[in-house]
Amino acid sequence: MDAPAPLAHTPLATRHRDQRLAELALATATAMAALPALAIVGFIIWKGAPALSWAFFTEMPVSGMTKGGIAPAIVGTLWMVGVSLLFSVPVGILAGIYLSEYAGNSRFARVVDLAIVNLAGVPSIVHALFGLGAFVLFLDFGTSILSAGLTLGVMTLPVIITSTKAALQSVPHPFRVACWNLGITRWQTIWHVVLPNALPGILTGVILQVSRAAGETAPVLFTGAAFYLPMFPTTVWDQTMTLSMHVFALVTQVPNVPENMKYGTALVLLGVVLCFNSFAIALRFYLRRRRKW
Amino acid sequence: MDAHLSIEKLTIRYGERAVVRDLTLAAPRNQILGIVGPAGSGKSSLLTCLNRTLELQAGASATGTVKLSGENVEAIDTAELRRRVAMVLPLPVGLPMSVYDNVALAPRLAGVRRIELDEIVERCLTQAALWDEVKDRLDMLGTRLSGGQQQRLTLARALSTDPEVLCLDEFSIAIDPVTTMRIEAVLCELKARMTIVMVTNLLAQARRIADVTAFMLNGELVEAGPTGQLFVFARDRRTSDYLAGKFG
Repeated sequence: MDAPAPLAHTPLATRHRDQRLAELALATATAMAALPALAIVGFIIWKGAPALSWAFFTEMPVSGMTKGGIAPAIVGTLWMVGVSLLFSVPVGILAGIYLSEYAGNSRFARVVDLAIVNLAGVPSIVHALFGLGAFVLFLDFGTSILSAGLTLGVMTLPVIITSTKAALQSVPHPFRVACWNLGITRWQTIWHVVLPNALPGILTGVILQVSRAAGETAPVLFTGAAFYLPMFPTTVWDQTMTLSMHVFALVTQVPNVPENMKYGTALVLLGVVLCFNSFAIALRFYLRRRRKW
Repeated sequence: MDAHLSIEKLTIRYGERAVVRDLTLAAPRNQILGIVGPAGSGKSSLLTCLNRTLELQAGASATGTVKLSGENVEAIDTAELRRRVAMVLPLPVGLPMSVYDNVALAPRLAGVRRIELDEIVERCLTQAALWDEVKDRLDMLGTRLSGGQQQRLTLARALSTDPEVLCLDEFSIAIDPVTTMRIEAVLCELKARMTIVMVTNLLAQARRIADVTAFMLNGELVEAGPTGQLFVFARDRRTSDYLAGKFG
């Protein structure tokens, strides 16, 4: 008889010890996951906080970026994220709606799904090269906020589509059937019943992609980010500095930059990203409390 | 007999499999037509042809004709048809919006003016025997009502488009007996204003309130007739066996 021994035959003390060991192992793994995140944030705050000042946020960089502020990089980041959202939010949400509500399990839908999954896995440097080829050169937008924003938009599109689709699918199907049986059209059902209830999930996906777009360096590297351009952009055809690019430049390209300026810039970038993320978390928390079923 | 809704030679297929075969049946105006039969006999599929929601299911197809007051339903715009032929499904569904909006949604989207909505909401909730319980909390979420209340809300919503035919698909399987009796009483009042088609698994329910009862088995209509007559003098042996509880 190789049957496992009944639980009652294991001594009580052994079971308690196993229980404690398991808990310890799980807690250790959790701590190991959390530790790097805390260490990164802590280290950057420690090194970067001294650089922060009103002037740092509002002034132009001077003396070959070794002095002054990072104002154009902050503004440039916002421009690029804005342009990328103008492209990826409408396209992504409409595509998500189509895939969730209309496409069903058609061949077309399966091909598109596969393409989206693959697009999501493309490394950002490849997106950068695509942006360079497609927007900068082929469409002749030049190295500009428009090119860089569109590149970021393409990069964030798959997650926006996927999260939109998932949010719509989480709205129970019987709600739709009930509406159709009332002579409410498919589109009216989506607009008045499905979409309002999927909005929290959709917004969360969008905001998380905002923070990703703000933080990426590679996609803007060849497409629109300027190395040193101490002025604010005025149109989408301009180049601009961005925070991510500025960190990269200060750390690797410019000699004699004070340590705290590098970390200060990184801290501002981190702050921008964390702001977006915590907004997403707060929004999700708030809307989840108002769940309607 | 004045047939409000007539079904002629209807065959319904899911892929190759026919679930309803060559069925001809009429629902007399201002009466309750009860459709009984064991599970899988095609009763629910039949209902989906009456408001053309069958078309929403991939792979489903139907041949034959369904006429509403003599007019082929294929010729009627689906949104309009579904407002004229209302449907109550087995499981109660409170939409995730206020009780008021649950009832006002369909008329509002159909273009009914705002000032008429209050009256529609009160009328439909009253007809569905729910008004007294919710009149003081119309802004409460429909999904927060109890199961029995949600089924009456579902009924009120179905009535909100002022339908001429009301179809119910086993409306009582998920609710308590008290609510069931209340809705049955409601249906008996409503038939003065509309024609009712009620699919049910409960023979006693058909016997209580159906004026005409049809017995379906394996996708075919075995026989139909005035309820009292069918339950006592069924012509077909299968009908009398089923109604006597020998199978099903």
